[in-house]
Amino acid sequence: MSESTAVLSTPPAAPPTARILGLHLGVLAVLFALHFVLPDYHHISLSRIMVLACFAMGYNLAFGYSGLLSLGHAMFFAAGLYAAGLVAQFADIAAPGGFLIGVAAAALVALTLGAIALRTGGVSFMIVTLMFAQAVFLIIYYFGTYTRGDEGFVVPDAMRVLLGLDLADPTVRYMTALALFAACLMGSLALARSNLGRVLIAIRENEDRARMLGYDVYRYKLTALTLSAVMAGAAGAAYGLLFGYVGASFASIQYSIYPLLWVLMGGAGTVLGPFLGTVLMFYLVDLTSAATTAYLLVVGLVLIALILFFPKGILGTVRERYLPWLP
Amino acid sequence: MAAVSGTEMGREPELLLETRGLSRHFGGLTAVDGVDFQLRRGEVRALIGPNGAGKTTFVSLLSGRIRPSAGAIAFEGRDVTRLKAHARVARGIAYTFQITSVFQALSARENVMLAVQRRLTRGLFGPSHASLAAEADSALARVGLAGRADEASGNLSYGHQRLLEVAMGLGMRPRLLILDEPTQGLSDEEVAAFIALIRELSESATVLLIEHNMHVVMGLADRITVLDRGRVLAEGAPEAIRADEAVQRAYLGG
Repeated sequence: MSESTAVLSTPPAAPPTARILGLHLGVLAVLFALHFVLPDYHHISLSRIMVLACFAMGYNLAFGYSGLLSLGHAMFFAAGLYAAGLVAQFADIAAPGGFLIGVAAAALVALTLGAIALRTGGVSFMIVTLMFAQAVFLIIYYFGTYTRGDEGFVVPDAMRVLLGLDLADPTVRYMTALALFAACLMGSLALARSNLGRVLIAIRENEDRARMLGYDVYRYKLTALTLSAVMAGAAGAAYGLLFGYVGASFASIQYSIYPLLWVLMGGAGTVLGPFLGTVLMFYLVDLTSAATTAYLLVVGLVLIALILFFPKGILGTVRERYLPWLP
Repeated sequence: MAAVSGTEMGREPELLLETRGLSRHFGGLTAVDGVDFQLRRGEVRALIGPNGAGKTTFVSLLSGRIRPSAGAIAFEGRDVTRLKAHARVARGIAYTFQITSVFQALSARENVMLAVQRRLTRGLFGPSHASLAAEADSALARVGLAGRADEASGNLSYGHQRLLEVAMGLGMRPRLLILDEPTQGLSDEEVAAFIALIRELSESATVLLIEHNMHVVMGLADRITVLDRGRVLAEGAPEAIRADEAVQRAYLGG
């Protein structure tokens, strides 16, 4: 250390890998342990939250790490959900195959959209993603013969089988959700700490400068968007297969806004933030709607308080003030 | 193919960069107007001229940040006029910004690592964190920022941010380093250290320098090009430029 620079909290010299791994594996261990103690209602809620958190983590890769403010991520979730659901319904393709097809469908949508939308930036990007997501939403209605539109359809039980295990069974469902969650969480962590992650953050911070360091910004953004869609699509496919229902509401604008709120609440550009945001928002809506019909008012007030006191989301602010090593 | 160095004794210094009839209009305004310009490998060239002479526009055309309205640019004998900015960087043209433009939220080390990383990445696989950090640290040491490697670059003083920009330029190991007003806002001491640094740097790279501080220009440049209203007004050795009447009228306030 030279001179008098130790006034501000100086981050440690080497990234504290052991501490970071310990924290994230610890979260996974707690989630595993909760399986044995949670009452039924919270058990199924947490299964749902873990899958939705994968959606949020996917969104975070685009928005939090790469600075791509998408208003249409429902299309990736829906691509995974419908691809997995439809092949189960009409082609008798069961869980593992359906899941992979769902992921591939989301990646394909992202590559197509990205090739167009990533030529724009800022507000234009938001509008183009919003438009595309609406188009996907309308396509679902257009093919109502197969998708049953609004009403949706139930994924046949016979297809909800993974390695001989029944995905409708609460234990199998919880553990499958946890496995997917663990993969997304550790994947996000690895990405955030990788060379690729460093370039994405650089593009988010200062796109022009990244370009002048020789990075092909367009290609990096397309990569980020596709990885983001892969996670969102995996969440969608898993959601359909685990909970057995596929419906158009999952492709609606709400499902593009939810991941944005979850990520903003938990902390954009933090690995654990999306999960924290999903849990809090889920229970905030759940508890307040049980108490009052004006629950959206309460949710709104909480969001305002959050922006006042945690402008970078909960973990983003915690990192800034207390834990600079938090990835 | 591998032309190593054109600066050896007895050899004709070879051309690194050449522009022909390079122009750029912004609406009705002609910022750069038919510039023919040649840069030899190994030299330090200063680009001077009054405000609004088109200096920044000219180097932005060279680096590919903006497209020319007309004319051509050749780098190492190959036409790069249509090449995008990031591809020109890969060929060895590095540009450091006039307005300090480091990644504020990242540490100084990470800023330089980003500069090193692109050069060392081949295909899908990049270099290890340790090797990147080591090379970044050596670049930081060369500009005298070794003790600040872990600090968020946004917390560094202005002068240190400018030095960080140069360290990023070093990390890219460019063949041509374009510096846009690098000493603006630096203290006299910092300027002196900066001159020494650029001199050292010019051993391994050709330097094109936009600079207002005539002390820096006279101390560093092998040749000077004077731009005025988008055109080349004069070009030559520092003493000749200092004596040139047209230059004095346009710029030196003579």
